[in-house]
Amino acid sequence: MENLKVPTMAEFMAEGKQPEVLFWVGCAGSFDDRAKKITKAFVKLLNKANVEFAVLGTEESCTGDPAKRSGNEFLFQMQAVTNIEVLNAYEVKKIVTACPHCFNTIKNEYPGLGGNYEVMHHTQFLKTLLDEGRLTVEGGQFKGKRITFHDPCYLGRANNVYEAPRDLILKLEAELVEMKKCRRNGLCCGAGGAQMFKEPEKGNKDVNVERTEQAIEVKPEIIAAGCPFCNTMMTDGVKATNKEAEIAVMDVAELIANAQDL
Amino acid sequence: MEYLPNILFAIALIAGIGYFVMNVKKLVRNIKLGKDVDVSDHKSKRWNNMAMIALGQSKMVRRPISGILHVIVYVGFVIINIEVLEIILDGLFGTHRMFSDVLPTSVYGFLIGSFELLAALVFVSVIVFWFRRNVIKIKRFWANEMTSWPKNDANFILYFEMVLMTLFLIMNASDVQFQAMDSGNIISQHIASWFGNTSTETLHITERTAWWLHILGILVFLNYLYFSKHLHILLAFPNTYFGKVRPKGQFDNNEAVTKEVKMMMDPNVDPFAAAPEGAETPAKFGASDVQDLSWVQLLNAYTCTECGRCTSECPANQTGKKLSPRKIMMDTRDRLEEVGKNIDANKGEFKDDGKQLLDDYITREELWACTTCNACVEACPVSIDPLSIIMDMRRYLVMEQSAAPMELNNMMTNVENNGAPWPYNQMDRLNWKNE
Repeated sequence: MENLKVPTMAEFMAEGKQPEVLFWVGCAGSFDDRAKKITKAFVKLLNKANVEFAVLGTEESCTGDPAKRSGNEFLFQMQAVTNIEVLNAYEVKKIVTACPHCFNTIKNEYPGLGGNYEVMHHTQFLKTLLDEGRLTVEGGQFKGKRITFHDPCYLGRANNVYEAPRDLILKLEAELVEMKKCRRNGLCCGAGGAQMFKEPEKGNKDVNVERTEQAIEVKPEIIAAGCPFCNTMMTDGVKATNKEAEIAVMDVAELIANAQDL
Repeated sequence: MEYLPNILFAIALIAGIGYFVMNVKKLVRNIKLGKDVDVSDHKSKRWNNMAMIALGQSKMVRRPISGILHVIVYVGFVIINIEVLEIILDGLFGTHRMFSDVLPTSVYGFLIGSFELLAALVFVSVIVFWFRRNVIKIKRFWANEMTSWPKNDANFILYFEMVLMTLFLIMNASDVQFQAMDSGNIISQHIASWFGNTSTETLHITERTAWWLHILGILVFLNYLYFSKHLHILLAFPNTYFGKVRPKGQFDNNEAVTKEVKMMMDPNVDPFAAAPEGAETPAKFGASDVQDLSWVQLLNAYTCTECGRCTSECPANQTGKKLSPRKIMMDTRDRLEEVGKNIDANKGEFKDDGKQLLDDYITREELWACTTCNACVEACPVSIDPLSIIMDMRRYLVMEQSAAPMELNNMMTNVENNGAPWPYNQMDRLNWKNE
């Protein structure tokens, strides 16, 4: 039995306190079996660093990102306005999330609808914890391992965050290898724009397989991701290319947590 | 009769510039068919973008081979235009190399010398461009949307440039006075040596012919712009200024929708009240035709020079899907031109022609293949945003036509009912904690 401390905003409010940061878990992080592991890994790190955080729990709802990218601006704005009401009622100032889609939506698209918060991707947040000495990390099992990082579109190109996840991987004393297409030229995993929820259009290949093949070219032992959807797509890509035995797909938070055997 | 050449020159100049101005007015009118959008924000960032991206070519050189060659042609184009100024003044006043009388020989020689050097470099670069397109057949120049006109258009431009540069160098080489000055003729002296035994009279005729063809060629080329993809040489500047300054991931929040959503959330609004007298009809959501797009998006379409960097970076296109961001821009321009011609033919009024951008130009299959990854936007060397057009058209499909793919409808129903794209109960959102 794991012993995770996951207080809710409601509990904080009942005690008349404000947490340091709100952890926005997101739909994938809450419901997807693979992504739940990322959520837990991140929580373990927050617990370890004694971060006073809270989640919304059952008061959280989809940010509206997949609806917006599908073209359903109505549904998006209904979701956004509802979420903003909850967040503002709790007087939330700072939000961290392990999903680049939630990150982008809350950071960029909520302000226009009345929701103004400082929003951080979990890799950025972990980086500050390390920089401030609240969390220490040693290479552990990943020392010297070949790791390549797949840039999530909504973290990288969409918001110009390229270095935080890489800095974390380097802290593991791992060998960070870059794919030919990386950073602002990174190829999409194929899940964005609500493609996650539909079959792709007719073509000659799946985007995630193409991206996985680009990763395989640099012979990594681990493909690191920073997005639950990229994680799923790359995991499927690794399976489709029969490389499951050689290549693991892991979130950066999992790497940091596993390195310390959390 | 003494002034005949001057008069002919003035007529050619007025006709050339006049026709161009007329077409520019048409261009501006067509762009203004788009919806108004506020671009008065971030002034310094916008100026900076224009300086870096258009003037400084910062995104061109990300692909070093085509980038550096392009910089040569671009610098050549800008600098050699100083010489065009002299040609125009000579033509109007019947003088010969007016600047050589005004400037010290060394300065004049330095200027012409640099023009000659650039002309030769431009010539070589353009030949390499032609090879890349027609012999090496680089993939992005041969994609599906590169039908005969786009391919010919690209080659015509290259031929124009080759001919203009050749004429400029021949003009200098056959200019006896200029060669005698022996300053600045770094390239043309070698060409002049080919004319070794030619009589002065023939040389004079050659020089005059090259001079006239060169300036007439420039005027023709100027007027060719409006009909070709080459408009980017002018529009890249406004386009990079008006281009997106927000983070790429930030899509605009549709204001018409915000109005409706606020009304729905307001407990004081009577949902059954009749619309007040004179109320505007609710705005159309999204875009099905060019008039529904913003004028910046239409400017984008005219700016596109069909280089195809967007398409070559597109994940959907790379994996064989129909979507090509370049085609989105080409279709938008083609439809806009069609609408413009319709307006011209109907005395300033657009008459419904039973066509629209959606379906008649851009298919739904293309629109639904987009992953919104912004690779096309990142790749564009002149800040064109094909993704914004794709999004506006998806909005029309979903909000006006309820025509999303079935799986997306399921996803949206889930978001609406239980706050997640999958059918899980919102009350179970924290269950992971104890699993």
